[in-house]
Amino acid sequence: MANIISDETIEYVGILAKLELSDKEKEQAKKDMGSMLDYIDKLNELDTKGVEPMSHVFPVHNVFREDIVTNNDDRDNILKNAPEEKDGSFMVPKTVD
Amino acid sequence: MGLTELTAVGLGKKIKAGEVTVKQAVEAVFEQIEKTEKDVNAYVTVLDKETVLKRAEEVQADIDSRKLDSPLAGVPVAIKDNMCTEGILTTCSSKILGNFNPTFSSEAVINLENAGAVIVGKANMDEFAMGSTTETSAYGETKNPWNLGHVPGGSSGGSCAAVAAEECFFALGSDTGGSIRQPSSFCGVTGLKPTYGTVSRYGLIAYGSSLDQIGPVAKDVTDCASILEIIASHDKKDSTSVNRESYKFTDSLTDDVKGMKIGIPKDYFGDGLDHEVKEAVLAAADVLKEKGAVVEEFELGLVEYAIPAYYVIASAEASSNLARFDGVKYGYRTNDADGLHGMYKRTRSEGFGEEVKRRIMLGSFVLSSGYYDAYYLKALRTKALIKKEFDKAFSKYDVILGPASPTTAPKLGESLSDPIKMYLGDIYTISVNLAGLPGISLPCGTDSKGLPIGLQLIGDCFKENNIIRAAYSFEQSREYKRPEIVLG
Repeated sequence: MANIISDETIEYVGILAKLELSDKEKEQAKKDMGSMLDYIDKLNELDTKGVEPMSHVFPVHNVFREDIVTNNDDRDNILKNAPEEKDGSFMVPKTVD
Repeated sequence: MGLTELTAVGLGKKIKAGEVTVKQAVEAVFEQIEKTEKDVNAYVTVLDKETVLKRAEEVQADIDSRKLDSPLAGVPVAIKDNMCTEGILTTCSSKILGNFNPTFSSEAVINLENAGAVIVGKANMDEFAMGSTTETSAYGETKNPWNLGHVPGGSSGGSCAAVAAEECFFALGSDTGGSIRQPSSFCGVTGLKPTYGTVSRYGLIAYGSSLDQIGPVAKDVTDCASILEIIASHDKKDSTSVNRESYKFTDSLTDDVKGMKIGIPKDYFGDGLDHEVKEAVLAAADVLKEKGAVVEEFELGLVEYAIPAYYVIASAEASSNLARFDGVKYGYRTNDADGLHGMYKRTRSEGFGEEVKRRIMLGSFVLSSGYYDAYYLKALRTKALIKKEFDKAFSKYDVILGPASPTTAPKLGESLSDPIKMYLGDIYTISVNLAGLPGISLPCGTDSKGLPIGLQLIGDCFKENNIIRAAYSFEQSREYKRPEIVLG
């Protein structure tokens, strides 16, 4: 395997991805990511110098509209899906002491 | 002929003519679900029968009073479980959305309901549409109605199996790298992925936003064209929705390919292609040739770069799109939280399955500083080159013809252990998404194990009409075959 993923890299990617992996999962992730990157490195065979990166196949532009409310207040229904709610708000664990 | 054997348009006609009631159609579907669903597991959620019958009654009244006149009025449909449906559980086949009841419906579903279609349930899929077998679902794998020991393909495996098993008359699927066309091929049904931007993605739970498209899955090409005509719309709520010149697709249902130029990419017939699939697909090309199409081989180029580019782009977009699942606003939350960040992390780690985590990790990596240029931008540059190859091909050909998948449906449990091998199975479908093109898969034979083989026809952007015409013409040469479901 050409790409060796270090413990630090997996730790860092875990922080970016907001995932908490067990030691066993970390080992697996190192292996999986290494072999995927080996495979992806195939792209280096291609000369892409001067090629503009294409994020969309069609020229898309920002779509502007007037900021007019068209929907109704649906707070109660939306909050029904919340794992926890309090006084019409989403409740989360304590964030500041 | 049993009622459930009818096509969606066939049933719609009978309902309009008063030969069949919407209630009868719904009851026939529920009877079939009762018979086969335990073995096939095409649905995550089957709606309560009384609720569906009530809707059937309302639709019937509107048909009787001529308020509803669409070809799909009264026709029962399955919706892939990544499309929001108001008040109906929408899980994306993930534990993290196990209790999510959307407060709104996706635009494609609203278009269908306005046309009088009757939703019977939410179809199973690979978790967040990540997978090629429907085995990554948190709600059990779907089985292939042609052989219950095999996968239905994925990620729209539930939609395709439900159509093949006649547990609905048609279904909606979504296609990010082949997720409509490959399972359609494995299940012996017809599935169409429209040009990017044709069907609104509003309310479709995003995986790879620049690649995702909703499309129809049905028994034949006529159904697919008719469904597409109803679900396609320019939607201001989706900023990538394209305002097309024409939304008429059924006009192309003509048995005429005289003079149509069809290109067969040599690169699609090399190593890794099963010989039975190859023979069936080339025989289909001969049928079109006999009908007057001009068929020739050509070099497409860059075929082997599509999959690595796709996995960079799709994973990158997924890592960003799936950031919204944090245990705050909806869905699963861990019981074991240690502060806010601990809650986020644990919720996501417990709520997402293995394949989803694998792609989020890869996506986060390729977008991280220091790797962004080398991986993400490199993939977007490759995408531009792939698009150019297709532009070149479509300057010469109206349609590109090839297989939908290199093999027929693999056995259950054989694919997930080697992700890269599974990804390689998408080689003929993935580049279509990168280039935003329309593609259709329709049955063209069966292999020696009796499993269906799919023919893929690819068109240039906004040229659905060419692939619909070619597919319809080919379809006239063979009968629709139903699976004989051997129940467990």
